[in-house]
Amino acid sequence: MISELLQEDPLVIALVERFGSAIEAGSLEHDQTILYISAASIVEVCTVLRDEHGFNRASSVTALDWYPQEPRFEVVYLLHNVKEAARVRLKVRVSGENPAVDSVTGVWPGTNWYEREVFDLFGVTFNGHPDLRRIMMPEDWEGHPLRKDFPIHGHKYDYGETNQ
Amino acid sequence: MIPLTDRVDYLANLSNNLCYCLAIEKLLGIEVPPRAVWTRVMLTELTRINSHLVWLGTHALDMGAMSMFFYATREREELLKIFEMFSGQRLMTSYFRIGGLALDHPRGGLEAVKKFLEMFPPKIDEYENLLDNNPIWKNRTIGVGVVPVDKMLAMGITGPMIRAAGIPWDARKDEPYSGYQNFEFDVPTSTDNDVYARYRVRMEEMRQSVRIMGQALEGMPDGAFQADAPKVVLPQREKMKTQMEALIYHFKIVTEGVRVPPGEVYQVIESPRGELGYYVVSDGTSKPFRVHMRTPSFGNIQGLGMMCEGGMIADSIASMGSMDFVLGDTDR
Repeated sequence: MISELLQEDPLVIALVERFGSAIEAGSLEHDQTILYISAASIVEVCTVLRDEHGFNRASSVTALDWYPQEPRFEVVYLLHNVKEAARVRLKVRVSGENPAVDSVTGVWPGTNWYEREVFDLFGVTFNGHPDLRRIMMPEDWEGHPLRKDFPIHGHKYDYGETNQ
Repeated sequence: MIPLTDRVDYLANLSNNLCYCLAIEKLLGIEVPPRAVWTRVMLTELTRINSHLVWLGTHALDMGAMSMFFYATREREELLKIFEMFSGQRLMTSYFRIGGLALDHPRGGLEAVKKFLEMFPPKIDEYENLLDNNPIWKNRTIGVGVVPVDKMLAMGITGPMIRAAGIPWDARKDEPYSGYQNFEFDVPTSTDNDVYARYRVRMEEMRQSVRIMGQALEGMPDGAFQADAPKVVLPQREKMKTQMEALIYHFKIVTEGVRVPPGEVYQVIESPRGELGYYVVSDGTSKPFRVHMRTPSFGNIQGLGMMCEGGMIADSIASMGSMDFVLGDTDR
């Protein structure tokens, strides 16, 4: 469902015409455009936004965890058109079981570290990412700290004292 | 939350305070009184000078120009005294609140700012004299760290670095926030795109900051420094002790926090380092559901690899210094 507030927006009209049902929903919040994109066509939509609509950079990529709802994750892309000072926010819903979405590093190389951050803190895998490793937490860390079901005090560590 | 945002970028703490406050104010839909808005502009520009001074001193230190650091910290000291006057703190100021400021101006605060503005511009000339007549400085910065502009944009590099590459993008002009549309200033750019150009841009930015602060000082409005929103803004001490209503609000805000209606917002400001964005999602409770900080250092530092490629190892120090990253700002 695309909000009435966006029916006149030329960008939204162009995208819906081109991708049809891949643009799942859209809304306008505090004058900021939010579009829900189906996971299968996110790379395609981003390429078109970059090449035809001037969105020459991605400010950031992040995620939301709506645990225990399903689909659990939303991966959020904050895009920016520098020339026209226009911004748009894309969201992709990702299921909680083996969460994965295609990487957009091929479109904007600057998303590389942001996707690694989402992978590290939320455990969402990015298919086709050139170097998907943890970026914030130690390499041998278990779990993903920004998930809502991650214990706030962390996991209890056994330092070997109890086993003696 | 506000004291936490200070720690993100300890050289641009007020920029972080401001961005978070603006985001929450947008969600709450409250108007901030003009006195608070102008004070915010004045002090965030002072923060920009603070950050650029530290950058200038340490960058020159990296390049072997040691005396620059002493001169930069000399002026920074004066500036930190102003922060201390206003907020009681030199570094972790936490001076802005949702809906306005924590306190009204201190006695003599504006005079101190005025004195600083008179003292500072000749000092910028002094710094330039010191560095521009230094052949080592020029040899090590001119023509170093050049990367094509479109690559920089795609890599997510922002702020003075992208302006030194010829793109006049400044959030204060392009997406005005906190009343910046009322101020007259230029966005300094350069097309050389090397370490030296980034230095030139930052020096010019300090001059523009002085210009903005001068206008803020001159037109500083009188009146309230906090919004009239009892459910959001802590009541004044005097009121709290004499009025039942104020006491209740005080209790509710302290124990429960500020309830923010559900929604999400991405607020962008121009921090000294580039695009600083707070993406805040609220689920209607008094605790944020998600706060994502898009910090400029994290984005900029990604470009270090391509900036050093094919150059000399010694030049990587110059490139790194020209990024002006803060590690607290990188890993949040």
